Amino acid sequence: MSSIERKFTLQVPSSTENLALIREFVTTVGRQAQFEESDLSNLELAVDEACANVIEHAYGHDITKEVVVRAMFDDESLHISVIDEGLGFDPNKTPEDSVEQLIHDRKSGGLGIRLIKKLMDEVSYEIVPGQKNELHMTKKIRKD
Amino acid sequence: MANPFAIQTSIGDGENDLSIVALEGFVDAHTAPQFEDAIQKAVDVGSVRIVVNCEKLNYISSAGLGVFMSFIEEVRDRGGDIKICGLTPKVRHTFEILGFQDIFEMLDDQQTAVKRFTVS
Repeated sequence: MSSIERKFTLQVPSSTENLALIREFVTTVGRQAQFEESDLSNLELAVDEACANVIEHAYGHDITKEVVVRAMFDDESLHISVIDEGLGFDPNKTPEDSVEQLIHDRKSGGLGIRLIKKLMDEVSYEIVPGQKNELHMTKKIRKD
Repeated sequence: MANPFAIQTSIGDGENDLSIVALEGFVDAHTAPQFEDAIQKAVDVGSVRIVVNCEKLNYISSAGLGVFMSFIEEVRDRGGDIKICGLTPKVRHTFEILGFQDIFEMLDDQQTAVKRFTVS
């Protein structure tokens, strides 16, 4: 049985206004990959979080910049990469404070990457200093 | 294509009066500031007993969850609380991934949430 790879790319201006478009893109691709509804919701949220981080932190709401979302799936899994050319940060260096501790410290940052790690099966980060940052996320396609 | 968002607020007159904030549609990094403004308005007038009605909420990302987190300690320090009601299973799942059920009281409907304030 051959497995055909399908590839999709969305490139949008770096504005939170485009998060709805990004979610639509991801759920459309996820539906083609035959994810169940609950997994589609998880994908949608993970990619929203990744892109919101880029828009707000890597690009500091600079609408002249662009966020690129690449998706590729085969029979086994869906790989999504969120690519930016902004200020990179390594999510593995985000402190794993409890939500109670974050509340106590009056902080609400860091929740997005925590969600991404819980929602996706694999998460990795690639930084080419001064050039680009890529957040790679993989979700396995559950078979009945 | 756009994911709709709406917010209905009924801000209390003071510390003995409840505020109700009803969220509708999609709360993400784009729309969360409107939610934050609504809670801030209630807190500013001293109405720290707040019910957030999520019956019509379809989606929330960490930007929205962060609003709950950033106000809860101040509100409780002032003798109030933020109670969440009417979560759909999908949205409840997002809250629960981060363990919000251990921090916030989540009620089935607005009437029950309001009653929790009046009884306690």
